[in-house]
Amino acid sequence: MTAFGIRLPGMSSLILWGLFWEIIGRSGYTFFLPPLSEVIATFFSIVDTPAFQKALSETAQAFLAGVFSAVVIGIPTGILMGKNRLVDELLLPWVNIFLSAPLTALVPVLMVLFGFGMKSIIITTALFAVWIIILNARAGVMQINRSLTDMANSFGATPWAAFSKIYFWAALPEILGGVRIGVIRAVKGVIIGQLLISIVGFGALFELYSANFLMGHFWAVLIVLFALAFVLSEGLAALERRVSYYAAQR
Amino acid sequence: MDTHPIDMTRSATNASAAAAVSVRGVSKNYGQVEALRDLSLDFPRGQLTSLLGPSGCGKTTLLKIIAGLLQPTEGEVEVNGKPVTGPGPDRAFVFQDFALLPWATVLRNVAFGLELRGVRISEREAIAEQYIRNVGLAGFEKSYPHELSGGMRQRVGLARALAVDSEVLLMDEPFSAVDEQTRRKFQEDLLGLVAGENKTFLFVTHSIEEAVYVSDQIAILLPRPSRVSEVIRPSGLRTRNVSDIRRDPEYLDIVDRIWASLRSYVE
Ligand SMILES: Nc1ncnc2c1ncn2[C@@H]1O[C@H](COP(=O)(O)OP(=O)(O)OP(=O)(O)O)[C@@H](O)[C@H]1O
Ligand SMILES: [Mg+2]
Repeated sequence: MTAFGIRLPGMSSLILWGLFWEIIGRSGYTFFLPPLSEVIATFFSIVDTPAFQKALSETAQAFLAGVFSAVVIGIPTGILMGKNRLVDELLLPWVNIFLSAPLTALVPVLMVLFGFGMKSIIITTALFAVWIIILNARAGVMQINRSLTDMANSFGATPWAAFSKIYFWAALPEILGGVRIGVIRAVKGVIIGQLLISIVGFGALFELYSANFLMGHFWAVLIVLFALAFVLSEGLAALERRVSYYAAQR
Repeated sequence: MDTHPIDMTRSATNASAAAAVSVRGVSKNYGQVEALRDLSLDFPRGQLTSLLGPSGCGKTTLLKIIAGLLQPTEGEVEVNGKPVTGPGPDRAFVFQDFALLPWATVLRNVAFGLELRGVRISEREAIAEQYIRNVGLAGFEKSYPHELSGGMRQRVGLARALAVDSEVLLMDEPFSAVDEQTRRKFQEDLLGLVAGENKTFLFVTHSIEEAVYVSDQIAILLPRPSRVSEVIRPSGLRTRNVSDIRRDPEYLDIVDRIWASLRSYVE
């Protein structure tokens, strides 16, 4: 970004918006929005409290377990669908339905099936992430050059060798794209799970702060969450760029 | 016709006696599209046979059936007297579009056929390095395909097929992506390869000149549904010096003759 001919460092626009927030906050226009400086001060005051630490670790556990399951189930399923017509015809309608379905509505059903604990939250998280991972892995495998498959066959590749040495790598750019979007959806899933299923983790903090009109605390936790999601997504995007050199010509 | 320099009688007897690959009555339908109809052809051992024909006549289809990558609708293919049921270590394929792994170095790509066949890493890399030198890519072992020119990539694909040391090499337009100078260099190298390695080469090309220059036997295919319309064996060219072939009257004669029989389909 440049202003008045001067190159500004990246993210300068964030500083501008931060200033805007500060001014609105100080004007006392609404209790809903305390000044940014106050939010940041609150953040540093709560960050090493046991309550915050506990919320962070509970959320991280559910999130990581959910994402891990989604990846471990989603990538092989997607690759299988891309390679096998029968499996594809069986599963594709369901994947498409769940991809666009309002999954939040399913959460009560999950509670009935899996109880009110961590298990349901993890399943919710995985459920939010897994469909796009499947669909992208499938798309990645389906665009693989016919010649690469023929090449594997002509050298007598075993199905496992073809999967692990060719299909996985050839589909990797799409797979990573799917995982990145899946991770962003998983953030949604874990918070919705924590709000609806059992009030733990960041969900509990949101509940507590908003019920008590502790807006500084509320915004502090929200910013932490946004920042975490952003860092995760950027990290995966960086990983994607590392394989993009061959994405263009496969 | 008596003075015609093409020895047609010798071809028939010789070919069937020493055929490394023989195709018998092969038909191939893609749904409604009839690509090959009752095609029979023998490929003599240790020689190079070109498949020449108009675009879309089924040359790639035939090569893939011989490779075991496609099943014929009818008929059968024998390699060394054994019927083909699928791909096997006795055949290696050179792909028209190279089929390289873009995420692997030249060294790994060339060694990849051996890797899939379970050869130990030190052994297969030693073999690969040798073939990389043979195709003139020494110094590029650590490069990635996207860092190479089209012609260099094509040579990587060729080296990979040579490295598995199969008796039969199936080459689908292996010189399509290179400029005319490189192409001529490759053609000379190929003649050296045919003379040096005791392998059977099946070579698909669009170019009449190329086919006549490199082949011991040329099979001309008709447009779909495809059969062999003619088999030509340039008898005297293989004993010539490579740089003299293009001036040889027999060379010019055969080029003319093939053009005469193909032009009716182009018009
Ligand atoms: N997978 C397929 N499905 C349907 N039709 C196909 C398929 N592959 C090839 N064909 C048809 O079969 C015919 C022969 O194709 P093939 O690729 O063997 O031709 P070719 O001689 O190699 O052509 P070219 O010289 O252009 O490479 C073509 O007409 C093509 O339309
Ligand atoms: Mg072809």
